[in-house]
Amino acid sequence: MARFSFLEWPVIRQFRTDDSSGRSSAVTSPTTRAIAPRTTTADRSVQSVCPYCAVGCGQKVFVTDERVVQIEGDPDSPISRGRLCPKGSASEQLVNASNRQTKVLYRAPRATEWQEMDLETATEMVVDRFLASRRNGWQDLDEQGRRLARTMGIASLGGATLDNEENYLIKKLFTAAGAIQIENQARI
Amino acid sequence: MANADCIVIQGSNMAEAHPVGFQWVTEAKARGAKVFHVDPRFSRTSAVADKHVPIRAGSDIVLLGALINYVLTHEKWFREYVVAYTNAATIVNEDFRDAEDLDGLFSGYDEESGGYDMESWAYEPEPGSGSGGTGVGDGTAGDSAREDGAEASTEAAGQQYGSGGPDVETHVPRRDETLQHPRTVFQILKRHYARYTPEMVRDACGIPVADFEELARTITENSGRERTTCFAYAVGWTQHTVGAQYIRTATILQLLLGNMGRPGGGIMALRGHASIQGCTDIPTLFNLLPGYLPMPTVEKQDLGTYLDSIASKKQKGYWAEADAYTVSLLKAWWGDAAHAGNDYAYDYIPRLTGPHGTYQTVEGMIAGDVEGYFLLGQNPAVGSANGRMQRMGMSHLKWLVVRDFQLIESATWWKDGPEIATGELRTEDIETEVFFFPAANHVEKAGTFTQTQRLVQWRHQAVAPPGDAQSELQFFHELGKRIRARLADSTDPRDRPLLDLTWDYPEDEHGEPDGEAILQEINGHQLTGPDAGTLLSSYTQLKADGSTAGGCWIYTGVFADGINHAADRTPGGGDGPQTEEWGWAWPSNRRILYNRASADPQGRPWSERKKLVWWDEDQGKWVGNDIPDFPVDRAPGSTPDPSLGGAAALAGDDPFIMQADGKGWLFAPKGMVDGPLPTHYEAQESPVRNPLYRQQHNPTRVTLPRKDNLSAPEPGAPGSDVYPFVFTTYRLTEHHTAGGMSRWLPYLAELQPEMFCEVSPELAAKRGLEPYGWATLISPRAAIEAKVLVTERMRPLRVGGQTVHQIGLPYHWGVGNDAVVTGDSANDLLGITLDPNVLIQGSKVGAVDIRPGRRPQGRQLLQLVEDYQRRAHLTVESGNEGVTGSHEEAGAEEATDRSERLDHESTDQPGAEE
Repeated sequence: MARFSFLEWPVIRQFRTDDSSGRSSAVTSPTTRAIAPRTTTADRSVQSVCPYCAVGCGQKVFVTDERVVQIEGDPDSPISRGRLCPKGSASEQLVNASNRQTKVLYRAPRATEWQEMDLETATEMVVDRFLASRRNGWQDLDEQGRRLARTMGIASLGGATLDNEENYLIKKLFTAAGAIQIENQARI
Repeated sequence: MANADCIVIQGSNMAEAHPVGFQWVTEAKARGAKVFHVDPRFSRTSAVADKHVPIRAGSDIVLLGALINYVLTHEKWFREYVVAYTNAATIVNEDFRDAEDLDGLFSGYDEESGGYDMESWAYEPEPGSGSGGTGVGDGTAGDSAREDGAEASTEAAGQQYGSGGPDVETHVPRRDETLQHPRTVFQILKRHYARYTPEMVRDACGIPVADFEELARTITENSGRERTTCFAYAVGWTQHTVGAQYIRTATILQLLLGNMGRPGGGIMALRGHASIQGCTDIPTLFNLLPGYLPMPTVEKQDLGTYLDSIASKKQKGYWAEADAYTVSLLKAWWGDAAHAGNDYAYDYIPRLTGPHGTYQTVEGMIAGDVEGYFLLGQNPAVGSANGRMQRMGMSHLKWLVVRDFQLIESATWWKDGPEIATGELRTEDIETEVFFFPAANHVEKAGTFTQTQRLVQWRHQAVAPPGDAQSELQFFHELGKRIRARLADSTDPRDRPLLDLTWDYPEDEHGEPDGEAILQEINGHQLTGPDAGTLLSSYTQLKADGSTAGGCWIYTGVFADGINHAADRTPGGGDGPQTEEWGWAWPSNRRILYNRASADPQGRPWSERKKLVWWDEDQGKWVGNDIPDFPVDRAPGSTPDPSLGGAAALAGDDPFIMQADGKGWLFAPKGMVDGPLPTHYEAQESPVRNPLYRQQHNPTRVTLPRKDNLSAPEPGAPGSDVYPFVFTTYRLTEHHTAGGMSRWLPYLAELQPEMFCEVSPELAAKRGLEPYGWATLISPRAAIEAKVLVTERMRPLRVGGQTVHQIGLPYHWGVGNDAVVTGDSANDLLGITLDPNVLIQGSKVGAVDIRPGRRPQGRQLLQLVEDYQRRAHLTVESGNEGVTGSHEEAGAEEATDRSERLDHESTDQPGAEE
């Protein structure tokens, strides 16, 4: 540790240096001076948009070693001018929270617990069920003989954090499959 | 909003629910704008507003109607704007009868179907114009009008017409520019709102006359040539059984004041989710196709009938081109398999036969008709009204797919839901298979969100998703590929739409489809000719002859010149006043819709201070600070032959280019299934009688009369004192909707850890509620517990001689074991009764009792709810009457004079307090 000096007292430093308000260099410790924010050491920053409310605040996503290390407001956005609310500021935890689920889980009929399942098996099982329920709920004609060409066996409810491109594919696929009960948070 | 001189925030707590957007309100206020907050609850929005006006939840149409009345009787309306740009001068059919004449109903009501025949609301044709009134000049007009009326109760009829609203059939309506004819829209409007007085506002809304007058004076002083007033709302306006009409009332007011299409004016919908605007533009909704084209109903058996039902080539404006938008969509989806010889594969689209909304789907689950359900980032066990019905519905499914970041309550109800605790469900008996797929989040995939001002913004991918997590894009692309592979050899005609689907998107090394390729398909491109393959730059290039493809016409131009404009990121949006180099706003990167109205009929800005676009005589075109929302070379004085139809028929003073007559609609001659003029009806569960009409509720609201969806008795009926208080629901800054993206995040969970209720000191004293203690709330559907927050932010209101206590409930918590914080769900208290135009549930007003202490557990909880239901004499009929009085026995007392009836009922009511 450096030799003690009265000149290094914060209040003295405040008047010795050009930080007269005591909010900058005058009140930093050697430890603080030795570290840099994650945002300056990141490999890159990527422009994104906050996923919570519909204001559409700009976000800068900082990535180091292919890992998100910080998410901050994007000062370039004319909508938000760098600001984020508590939710937007917490969105790094959407990526890195330790309780996040990253594995496929399956609950069998009457089972009391989940079991892990590999993605391939689960996807194939969903395809089986999709096709069976589509068939079971199929209606060719109504009681007056008019064309319906639809299935009532499958429904969907989506959130409003879905991308436009995702909604487009969902609506396109379900419509082609004859499924009509496709809904969204936008109704709620 | 930053350009407004007065801002009225009503039905929204903007400072807490849209905190960063609120900076623009603060900016306006710093420049001298007046800010009003009209809300049942004093919140942080109220704290920084110039004035907070507390209001009884569910009475907003009375207040807004009274503002309309004030504007009309005090001659504060913007005469030149109103006469030129609205349908004020248009004359309505002589068969029309107003709610004033029929005590709360309009002409055309059919008691059996519970809906309206809109024929009598139509415009009167100009004599000798040859313009089709009903059945004249257009053989289908009469039929379609009848059909809409008769089926109003079973269809989401208001959205059958798509974004442009319906054709008016009367293409040359009769007008009286002096506005004196008694059947002009203007005179009808005056009569309709004549009884919406400051005193009525006092008695119905609980707002003192002085407060009303201050609001009315400030709005009118800040409207006109030099100044503009802006309204902002959120789901505090939409989630009512007359929700769409709330917005209509504000529209009428803003049109009368000349505040539409101008800087600092308008009505700002503060939408609650990152891309909820996008979710309606490119919808995952049962009744819509992309670009607000309606899904076909079973009556529309061929493309011609379908197109005739949504738009006429004879109507004015861009909606007349709906055929081009439709055919281009069909070409985008089915490519070469869509051609003129097969109606462009129109038959590949399944047909609707009624409402197939999310709540009807839940009924279908309980009935066993729906086998499989996908939940894609949505948590209905907590987030939808009547949570118990949602969970019971899921317990009847064969299979459930939940795609989310966390094990939300909708994924775990089978082992830790409230019905397991009460014993109504036993895990070992539930047959439902549940698949949980982890989802990629917003930084782990690239794509666009559309925010609340129609701005489409591209997000770049920062990192790859972890583990098994996938984007919806990848999951559904993969699902589609596998389904198509399984069916590849099928000869069944029902599989053709899947097999002919264009479904070939490039993928990266992780199997993620290229989002830009999909956005390009949405944008559209030329299919034939020398420019084949070229991306289109404007929806005006779309054709109905199969020579163009485009997945969503309003997004055409997002990829103009082959550039992804959603990814435009000039810092600060560039130097222009509309920051147009940041993202891309549909349509055509236009920032203010209907901005032709920012100039006077001669094309000059109404004032220097409020100029936006104007006619440049030398250049012969519209110019200005925004992209003109008008045919760019249509001179202000143009009067083209109306029979041309479409954009060509728009006169130089027809700024509302999507309306069939080019005018702003004070009166809606068609399209709103619950009436051409907004009318106050009480909520499904209201403590008071409708002070304006005998008709208590919206007669066309969609009810679900079921044992698991009971409603409180009508005010004054036996048992109406059992649920004596009003509850309203809302969100907090630190949580998001049903909590899937907030209750699992340690930071946010710590900031708002527990479910609570807000009650006034008066109600706390009345019921013995202790601050920070527990309370149990009992509605006709459920009972929940919450911590008690006693606060003067909730104020008892005097309404019609009685005191109305309101209770505030945030709705973010849910019962389960996985989240960082859990709690009872406010939405369990809510019933399901829907707005007939849009099928959104009324969730801002409900009936409830409150008492101190925690709720009972297990079976005893059900017994508590049942005990209340018994005491209130509830049946499935309770509160579900269509026309008020129709269930009463013959010989019941005649309706008395209105004022007398109000006095009588307000003093006799068992639940009333003096």
